[in-house]
Amino acid sequence: MPLSRIAVTEAPLNITALIQAVSTSPGHGAVVSFLGIVRNENLQRRVTHLEYEGYEPLAVRALNLILDEARERWPAVELGIHHRLGRLAIGESSVAIVAASAHRADAFATCRYAIERIKQIVPIWKHEFFDGGDVWIEGATADPEDEAARQTALVQARGDPTI
Amino acid sequence: MPVTVRLFARLRDIVGASELERDVPANASVKTVWNELVAEFPPLGAYATSISVAVNADYARMDAQVADGDEVAFLPPVSGGSQK
Repeated sequence: MPLSRIAVTEAPLNITALIQAVSTSPGHGAVVSFLGIVRNENLQRRVTHLEYEGYEPLAVRALNLILDEARERWPAVELGIHHRLGRLAIGESSVAIVAASAHRADAFATCRYAIERIKQIVPIWKHEFFDGGDVWIEGATADPEDEAARQTALVQARGDPTI
Repeated sequence: MPVTVRLFARLRDIVGASELERDVPANASVKTVWNELVAEFPPLGAYATSISVAVNADYARMDAQVADGDEVAFLPPVSGGSQK
């Protein structure tokens, strides 16, 4: 069975398999992949591990919405997103994104758009455990209809260095 | 009428449960459910302006009506992906 383009899973992410699932056309001259990795430091705290919690059915729905938005803006780009849940050690991948297209510019832009939108609207939460305590990381109030947020992601996708 | 309340991340920690069954009036909105929850667990009130809500696993608004047996989820600000 071919790997799904969208997944919210407790299993380790496999970027190679996702690339194979997304880049299926001989016309794809560019594949851009992104891995979000658990790092050992945040805000000068020594991070020991993270726990990702998600509202799975809505997270899958939000990821599909991101694919729809990307397809509307970049119709010729193929996109896949897998997000991990559960306990992750330092160095493990929390999110994998693959964008494939004929040329690199649109693949880079779509990949960047996807990660920015994930941070805005996908109901997944990061529980950070560090030396001396733990804290829930809280970012954006999720609202897929917030047009200003979507525009920000589109600007970021174009690589504006000021954002 | 009965509704299922789903809570995530810090909201789940505050309440001490990821899922609650609650009885709400027949004409209740998501806001009604939230207000009753805050009355029961006052620290939730700090999230009044930052939560998102979903009904039956689809994003909704605070003024959306809820129906018998609906699953009403309250979502603190999200933090998936990676930090920066």
